[in-house]
Order: sequence, then C-alpha cells, then structure tokens
Amino acid sequence: MAMKKIKFVLNGETCEWEVKPWRTLLEMLREDFQLTGTKEGCGEGECGSCTVIMGGKTVNSCLVPAVEADGQEILTIEGLAHGENLHPVQEAFVEKAGMQCGFCTPGMIMSAKALLDENPEPSENEIREGIAGNFCRCTGYTKIFESIQAAAEAMKGGK
Amino acid sequence: MEEYSVIGKRIPRVDGRVKVTGEARYAADYSMPGMLWCKMLRSPYPHARIVSIDTSRAEKLPGVKGVLTGKDFNGWTWGWMPKTRDEPPLAVDKVRYLAEAVAAVAAIDEDTAEEATELIKVEYEELPGVFDPEEAMKEGAPRVHDYVKNNLSWDFHMDFGDVDKGFGEADLVREDRFETGRVITGYLEPPAAVALWDSGGITIWAAKQSPYFVYRHLAACFNLPLNKVRIIQPFIGAGFGGTKNDSLAGDFCSVLFSKRTGRPVKFVYNMHEVLMTCRRRHNMIIHNKMGMKKDGIITAMQSKVIADGGAYTAIGPLTMYLTGSISTLPYKLPHFRHDAYRIFTNNPIGAAMRGHGVTHTRFAAEIQMEMMAEELGIDPIEVRLKNAITAPYETINKVTVHTCGLKEGLKTLSENPKWKKRSGGSPPEGPLSHGVGISGTAYLGGARQRGHQSCGAVVRLCEDGTIDYLTGATDCGQGSDTVLVQIVAEELGLGVEDVDIKRVDTAVTPCDAGSYGSRVTVLAGGAARNAARDVKRQLAEVAARNWEVDPGDIIFKDQRVYVKGEPEKAMPFRKLAQVACYAGSGAVIIGRGYSQYGIEELDFDKGIGNAGTSYSFTSQLTEVDVDLETGFVKCTDMVIAHDCGRPLNPINVEAQNQGGAIQGMGQAMYERFAMDLGKTLNANLADYKMPLSTDVPNIELIDIITDDPNGPYGAKEASEGSTVSSPPSVVSAIHDATGIWFKEQPVTPEKIVMALKKKRE
Repeated sequence: MAMKKIKFVLNGETCEWEVKPWRTLLEMLREDFQLTGTKEGCGEGECGSCTVIMGGKTVNSCLVPAVEADGQEILTIEGLAHGENLHPVQEAFVEKAGMQCGFCTPGMIMSAKALLDENPEPSENEIREGIAGNFCRCTGYTKIFESIQAAAEAMKGGK
Repeated sequence: MEEYSVIGKRIPRVDGRVKVTGEARYAADYSMPGMLWCKMLRSPYPHARIVSIDTSRAEKLPGVKGVLTGKDFNGWTWGWMPKTRDEPPLAVDKVRYLAEAVAAVAAIDEDTAEEATELIKVEYEELPGVFDPEEAMKEGAPRVHDYVKNNLSWDFHMDFGDVDKGFGEADLVREDRFETGRVITGYLEPPAAVALWDSGGITIWAAKQSPYFVYRHLAACFNLPLNKVRIIQPFIGAGFGGTKNDSLAGDFCSVLFSKRTGRPVKFVYNMHEVLMTCRRRHNMIIHNKMGMKKDGIITAMQSKVIADGGAYTAIGPLTMYLTGSISTLPYKLPHFRHDAYRIFTNNPIGAAMRGHGVTHTRFAAEIQMEMMAEELGIDPIEVRLKNAITAPYETINKVTVHTCGLKEGLKTLSENPKWKKRSGGSPPEGPLSHGVGISGTAYLGGARQRGHQSCGAVVRLCEDGTIDYLTGATDCGQGSDTVLVQIVAEELGLGVEDVDIKRVDTAVTPCDAGSYGSRVTVLAGGAARNAARDVKRQLAEVAARNWEVDPGDIIFKDQRVYVKGEPEKAMPFRKLAQVACYAGSGAVIIGRGYSQYGIEELDFDKGIGNAGTSYSFTSQLTEVDVDLETGFVKCTDMVIAHDCGRPLNPINVEAQNQGGAIQGMGQAMYERFAMDLGKTLNANLADYKMPLSTDVPNIELIDIITDDPNGPYGAKEASEGSTVSSPPSVVSAIHDATGIWFKEQPVTPEKIVMALKKKRE
C-alpha cells in the first residue's frame, strides 16, 4: 500500500517522514525514531502508558494513526528536559517519589505537563481528573499527586 | 540508636532520573539488527486433545523463519518442585486452559509472524472441561492431568494442639464460608524478551522479577551449563509475583528460534495475552471455624481452603503452605488445624501475588473474629488487642517473632479521631452511609522457598574512591536498588552518588534467589552490608598501617577517613582509595558478602518453622462512604500504622505501603476476572477494573519502629503487609456503613444492593 508523506515537529525538530497508513503514532515514535521512552502497555487506549502531547493535547499514541501527525507538533518524554536540566515536572517526580517501576511514568508525566500547561494551579481534584487516563499499579497515586502539586509550586512565575 | 548518615533518610531513588527522562530501557525497548519476531498460536479451547498440527502453510509464508510446536522441546517440562514439573513450553498432546500456547512462529517482522500463526492448522478433539474447583474435586470429574486423581494438584495439612478441645472451651463457635477473587498482578509492562543464541550460549534481555529462576529453567531446557546462560536485566515494569517470577512460552520459543536461525529473536506479549493467560492470584474458598470465649479470647481455629489452581502447579505448593503457616500470626492460637487443597481446573494458572497466600486466610480470620466480637459486644480494636501477640513470641507451629508493633499500631489507631467517626450501627441520615473499619495483620519478610536461598554482593573499589556494586537482586520497581545503594554508602561513609549499582547480569552478578516474599531489603541488604564491610576492613588496614594505629580506630564518614580521637590523622576517602589501590604490586580491593540466613530447617510438609526471617505487622483504619441506593463505595481515607522494623528510606517505604494498600483495596472492592467456562470475559483494562487516580483515598502513614535484630539496621518488610491489611479493613468499613458482613471478595455495588434489599425484606 502507498506510503504517505508527512511533515511534523517532533520534540522541537522538523521531520519529514514516509509512513504506512495503518501505522500508529506509537509505532512510528518507538520503531522509526527509536524514542522508546513512550511505552506500550495495553495498545488499546486504556492504560495511558503511551501518552504523548500532540498539538498541546494529550493523546494515546497507540490509537492515533501516524498520518495524523502531519502538520502537528509532537512532544514526547524525550523532549521535555533542556539538556541536563529536567523539566520541573520531571524534577518533582524524582524528588517526591512519584514513580516506582517507571513504566507508566513517561505517560503520567506527559499528562501532568499538559494539565499544568492548561491549569497552572490545579486543586487536588483537578490533578486526580487530569491523570485519570493513566494507570499506575505501583504507587497508589498519592506520591504522584504530591509530585504534581510540587511541580505546580515550582512552575509558579512561568518557570 | 546509632546515628546514620544515609540510612533512614528520604533519599530520592537512584533510578529516578533515568525513569523520568525515558532513558530507562525495558525489555520491549531492546532491538538488534537482523532480529526476528516470535508470536504464539494459542488454543481456542480450554480443554482439548491435540490430534494433529499442520505447520506447512505457515512455513511457506515469505518472511517466516521457523515454526515450533510442543514436540520440539522433547518432552521437557518445568515446575516449582521436582515432583510438580507438569508444564511444557508449548502444549504437547493436550491443551489444559484457554489460550494456552500451542505453536510459535518466528518471522522477519511482527505482522508476518502474526499472519503465519493464523496459517497453522491444529485439529483438536474437544474434551469436557472443569472450571469450578469444588466440582473438580468430585469423583468422576474430568481430569485436567490424566495421572492426577480428583484433580488434586497439591494438599497441605497442619494440625497443632487439639482443635476439638479448643472449640469445647469456647462460649461461641462460628463457621463461615469466605471467598477471595481471581486478581491480576496488574503490572503495565507486558512480558517481553530479546534472546540470542551464539557460541557463548544463551543471552536474553528479559522482563524478569527473579531472573535466576529463568536462568536455571533455560539451562535445564536446553541442556547447557549455567555459565552458558546469561540473563541481562532491563528495567522491570513491575512484577508483583506470578508471571514475571517464572518462565514463559515466549522465553523458551525465542531461545530455540535463535538457536535454529542464529538471529536474535524478540517477543512481546500483548495485554490481551497477559490478561487471558498469565498467572494470577488463586481464588480461594475458605471454610473457617473459630472458637471464642465470652471475653473475646480465641480458643481455636480450623480452616479448610480450596484453591482454584488452574491448569498447572507452578508455585502453588508454596501458596498453599503460606495460607496456613502464617495463619498463626498475629493472634494467639492455642489450637489450630488447617487443610488446604489446590485443585486443577481448566482455568488459567493460579500463582503468587503480593501478599502471597496470606491475604486469603487472613481476610477470613480477620472478618470472622470481628463478626464474633460483634456478637459478644466487644469493640473491634479491643478483640484484636486481647488476642494480639507480643514479641518475643513463638507460635504453635514454631514461627518465631522477635519484634512486633501490632499492639502499638492498633492503640495508635484507636486514638485517631477518625476511629471515633464509626457509625457502630447507627443509621445514616441520607443515602450516603459512612463507615470506619479496622484490621491488624502480619506478613513475612526475608521469605524463603525451598532450595537455594542466599543473596550475595560484590563491592568493588575504583581507584578514584567510587564504588561498583554488584547484586543479583532485581529491583522490579519498588525501590530496592536505592536502599541497597544506601546500605553500601552508609557502611563506607560515602554518599549514594558515589555508589553505582550495576544491572543484574547472571554472567557477572552473584547468584540470588529472587525478588519475592519481601526478601530483598532484608537479605540482599544484609549481603550488601557485609560486602561493604569487607571493603572497609581492607581499607582500614591500609589506613592503620599508614598512621600506625589500630584498624579498629579508623572511622569512615562524610567521604573522609580519620582516626578516632586524632582528627589530625585524616584524609579524603578518595585519597585512601588511591593509596590502597596503588599499594605494593597493585592491590585490587574487592569486598564480598552474603546474607547470613541462619534460621533453622523448615518442615514444609507439616508447616513447622519460619518461612521468613522476620515479620511485619500492619494495623489499618479505613473510611468509606457507601451509597445505600446504588451500592457504590467510595473509599475516602486510610490510616496505616506499619511496623517494618525501621524504614531505611521513609519516602520509599511510604510509597510502597500506599501502593500495596491500593492494590488490596482494588481486590476488596472491585477487581476480579469474570470467568465463564474457562474464558476470561474481561481481558482488557477497561472491563477489568483497577483503581485509578480518582478512586483512591487519602492515605496517612505511621511508622511503628521496632528495630528487628534480624534485618539490616532493624529493617523488616514493607508493602506486602498493607496488601494483606487492606481487604479486611475495607470490608470492616463497609460493614460499619451497611450493617452487613460481606464474606466474598470483591464487594461490588451489585452485592451491596442485593444484600441491602435482602436485609430490608
């Protein structure tokens, strides 16, 4: 089947790429660009491990056809830190024990980042709602709430 | 109490940074040039004879590099004990559960491999199946394994004291039937591996919680010496027992394909395969009988446990052992009898999961004890305090407890303002009824199975004063790498940043029993401490020679080394490392240590002795709001008073306990596999309900410090304890809100609505 040519911005860099129409965004990121930080848990849009930010909104990349990336800006976990400097959300997850096995963590952090971009001072309930599409089996979520609160605090003043 | 520099501090995880940047690589993140993909063909029947398999069409599909069936493994089977080796890598003459692997394909890509599995033609002769363990035990039931009468996979019996005498002394005797559900471990990382067979033997990057199990399985299956089997650990996306503590069809097939093709071979199970086939918590029926005096003192307990073992034995004998041997904790039992039966059915395999074995029978005993206290008009905390053990204590089956913070934990909770919010049976004003529940439970740490149990550690000094630390213990996500690094750093007076823990690699790291039964901090931690002390001893000798003092007077602290009482005799640790490494003809400083297990022989047949080195005690208060119209339960708060001896990293111990408690809450309130004739009906994460961020309560944690003499720096286990304490505490709270005792997990809204309706009638 015909390959489709797409153009998009991936973690700040413009990319032109040819993809098969049935390929998912997750497959393209992991296999073509070796961005394996984005994980595949269920492959059915239920667990949130594959969450990336596309056009400012979180998506389950396992459900998004790669061709839909055309013309979009995509941010994955690999694009969050600036060189050696972690993003405040990443920093907070390390400091506040917001991760254990780490498998849900990239998706969880992307959901947290999108939440804080939209709502810089979320209440605890808004944090709970903001990550309700991301399963975590290890933490029981409490430390994740604390991490996101700490990140919100650190990001005050547009850091 | 000795003052520590690193131990007991809230130190961020050593793997935190690589996990938040996406750098941490898990098994499925590995790929190699020329790599093939392996896919399984799975059985459409739960019980059927395999009449024939025709692989010719699959083999002819372009891109296919090989097809395997059960016969390719020459009759090899594996299992937890020599006499229970009943599981083949691929089904041979019959399939025993739905979606059991029957054949495997290796192809140049995943899609081709998948397509080829559909071209394999298997002729089956369907057999009558058996799916209910109580049915399966009956005479004449279909046999899952032809040679096993009444489908009895394993039985285990304990009989201590004289239960009849005990029941005779009781003022109240109750008999109840309890049931615990089939629960998934719930890791989000599906099992995966990349296998490579070359002249060096097998190398496999596999998602394994206890890689040394698989190391032995692969050596046995492929008839290789252990030094030709190399398992390199990626990061592990959690385990919680069961599947990642064992080998899988995908492991054996990928290795054999690599042997035949000379190419690396990868498999990744999808979540559907995980939920259809992977090992899950046994569901158990527990017939419990308890005797109690008017004052609340328990006189005797008798339990009959029937567990749905599924199609193969796996680790089931240990599960059965734990259902009974730990029942004698944490309440005094003068007379105890236990009969446990693990039954084969044509369901997926029951195996270990966090809170292994203990969660089932402790749930039954906790709820029954509280039911009886209620009948006798005794407060739920009071009945627990009356029966709780105090350390030191030896149970009737010779389980020895050196430290126990149960009473202190229960007393702490009894003084909590939340406990005063108990309804105690008073009716609610609106449709929402508030309830507060309690539990007090125990779990073992430093667990042992049969056979090799020890842990080893190697600490290598680099000439710049940094440390390479090698352990065979796997961090499956709960933070053991961090605590082990803390231990090495503490002993050498260094910071965690000076110690680098290497990934487990069976070719390099010392053999380790595995990451199960809350054993890593206790046993691998002991090994780490001993290995670090070995390095310290060698360095102290060098320093003592240098300063002409006694080696016992050399102090290691804050990255410096000095002589006790003579602060002018001091140098940086780094400097001493150089002096030591460059001394003489080139010294190499390597420390080694192993865990000194030091406990007496365990009688696995009779249930006598210690299955662990120490025991944690967890007291848990839970608050719920129950909607009496819809049966919906919202768990709002938990307070957990946990005796883990001493938390070596409090923030990680909190995190572990929170996770364990929520896992237990899910099991109590909604998690279960819905099964119909061997088919898992909810084999996806939308229909199998695990707790989400919007479901979890506020959790307050209280450390009860007991400093166990058998753990490093006083530590015992953490988090399996809260997995065990959570279900009875939640169910006790639901009872407080509804006035109804629910004896079957999970307590779903449907069950609550039906029970309330029945109560009104």
